[in-house]
Amino acid sequence: MRQLVITSGKGGTGKTTVTAGFIALAGEKVVADADVEAPNQHLLLNPQLVEKGEYKGAKMAVKDAERCEQCGKCEEYCRFNAIRDMEVEPTACEGCGVCVFVCPTGALCLEEVTTGVTMISKTGYGSFSHALLEIGAEGSGKLVTEVRRNAEKIMQDEPLLLIDGPPGIGCPVIASLTGTDLALIVAEPSVSGRHDLERIHQVAQHFEVDALVCINKWDLSPEMSKDIEKYCEDEGVNLVGKIPFDPGVMDVYQQGLPVERLLQTKAGEAIAEIWEQVRGHLFQ
Amino acid sequence: MKIGVTATGKDLESQMDPRFGRCAYFILVDPDTEEFEAVDNPGVSAGGGAGIQAAQAFIKQGAEALITGYCGPNAFDVLAAGGIKIYQASEMSVREVLNHYKKGELKEISTPGKANRGKGSR
Amino acid sequence: MIISILSGKGGTGKTTAAVNLAVSLAAKNEKVLLLDADVEEPNAGLYLKPVLEESLPVSIPVPQIDEQRCDYCGECADFCQFNALAVAQKVVITFPELCHACGGCTLVCPKEAIKEVGREIGLVEKGWAESIGFRQGRLNIGEPFAIPVTRTLKEGLADIKDSIVIIDSPAGVSCPVIEAVRGSDFALLVTEPTPFGRHDLGLALEMVEHLGIPHGVVINRAGDDNSTVSELCQEKNVPIMLEIEFSSRLASLGAEGIPFSKALPYWQDRFYEVYQSVKEKCLCAN
Repeated sequence: MRQLVITSGKGGTGKTTVTAGFIALAGEKVVADADVEAPNQHLLLNPQLVEKGEYKGAKMAVKDAERCEQCGKCEEYCRFNAIRDMEVEPTACEGCGVCVFVCPTGALCLEEVTTGVTMISKTGYGSFSHALLEIGAEGSGKLVTEVRRNAEKIMQDEPLLLIDGPPGIGCPVIASLTGTDLALIVAEPSVSGRHDLERIHQVAQHFEVDALVCINKWDLSPEMSKDIEKYCEDEGVNLVGKIPFDPGVMDVYQQGLPVERLLQTKAGEAIAEIWEQVRGHLFQ
Repeated sequence: MKIGVTATGKDLESQMDPRFGRCAYFILVDPDTEEFEAVDNPGVSAGGGAGIQAAQAFIKQGAEALITGYCGPNAFDVLAAGGIKIYQASEMSVREVLNHYKKGELKEISTPGKANRGKGSR
Repeated sequence: MIISILSGKGGTGKTTAAVNLAVSLAAKNEKVLLLDADVEEPNAGLYLKPVLEESLPVSIPVPQIDEQRCDYCGECADFCQFNALAVAQKVVITFPELCHACGGCTLVCPKEAIKEVGREIGLVEKGWAESIGFRQGRLNIGEPFAIPVTRTLKEGLADIKDSIVIIDSPAGVSCPVIEAVRGSDFALLVTEPTPFGRHDLGLALEMVEHLGIPHGVVINRAGDDNSTVSELCQEKNVPIMLEIEFSSRLASLGAEGIPFSKALPYWQDRFYEVYQSVKEKCLCAN
């Protein structure tokens, strides 16, 4: 079984679209949406929910008002500004336990809290593992790991796990990358796209994950596309294709059409060619 | 003398779990008598540093050796500090792993595998 | 006045909006400070091309064990919720990259054998882009925690009385975003008229409502029919403060790193109007 993650660094480059194209093209597979903060893949796949799970992603300090003597030691020692006027502010609490330790009356304790929901769904394209993290909640990296673990759990003998990755280079991205067989970086032809491509590429190298690059909406700036091609050449990274800007893609989405329809667009044709290359690298 | 095997279930017929940090159970077994007990691995639900937590818990069990599929560099460092020898096996039942171990057929792991870092921290 | 620019969905045009707002206000002789709080992928500087004058490393305090005093009792490892410490026989191992810098281990150690030392995780840089004050934060590659960099970036903001502060926030609705926008007087949510834009706008609206920050929406890449997102705005009674129509001209200027309001000055008036509208709404909110 091989694991492929679609990643980008910069948001909005088209990970979900490229993943959707691959979903339509690849054979037997399981799909995972690792963007647990703002998942989008479910909007395209028409999933039927099979199993829901509570995600207890963090510990939070909880106060027993009856025991509190208002001494303020907790507020003094908390480094995260998570105790204000002697009340715990959940969006800031990191669950470190210092306040619990310093409280003279034992009025504080750490409790596991539900910070999100995991989902396993059926789609016309295979089983689908996804999740949604509560806004501002901690533990996105761990939830990404849960999503991947659920995907591995539901696999039967499909040869492929396709992971739609989150944007950025922080913890959830790291959690989506480590231990995969291959990362496809979707790059955007702009100065910020070029800049972010470098950073996500460095992350992949740091965590020893092989990476390929493709350029999406390449014709919005042929100059910047060339720049990215040069970067790939200089760094010895395989550029496996370029996808043209295609308003037809948005039409497919706006009309709520199934992902196979993407393949009939110009962009979709390019994605199909890229898939052939990616598949070759993945299963060689 | 006892050794530990990472396992997906609680008895010798269970499959060995190839991962150390987030395996479900440690099966601690005396290779001669085959007396065993299954212990929960606290690393399973760790936010970050699952391997470290698992290694600490494993050391406390007093086994001399660990048999698993692979373990990351953090867990490796902790296990090494605890004087634990680490052997590698592939996917098979705990009983089969034990048999291979008794015959001296298992390879010792002297360098850690690829890190699974950052899968939980935040 | 602190205005945050954010969006649930990535790539909708936060940086574009932030940069053009800054340029437009500066063109109208307002004093402006732009903060690039997207410390994982700071991009505003690519458009504004600032001259950087100051560079502050951002460190977080991580434990260092004095092994002379340590008796390997393991209290620190037992306490640490993040597994940043492990104790085995006669060895203590620290895992600084897991440390959340809470300071707890130094408190629980019965032998006072733990002190804290700084570990660099990123950088804050300050400078000027012509008349626009500029700050950006940058998280080192492979580091999981952005928030300490964001905090350092925002230090001293409350004392700035004479400039309009524009915060270019990261995408999404996670902790680093909340840290970036917390304390703002107004939030501009940038979205695009697509099902993805709508879905993620919903999340971003929830977040700013929870934080109690007055807000309005900017629709980027607007077309003839923006109902995908304008319907949600109507439903939630959120004002649409600007529509930036999609054009390949704007797209190529952006691709080249040129703030379009510099190349097309009539946009400066449009962005200035947004600012005046924000000011009005803030007065009402107070």
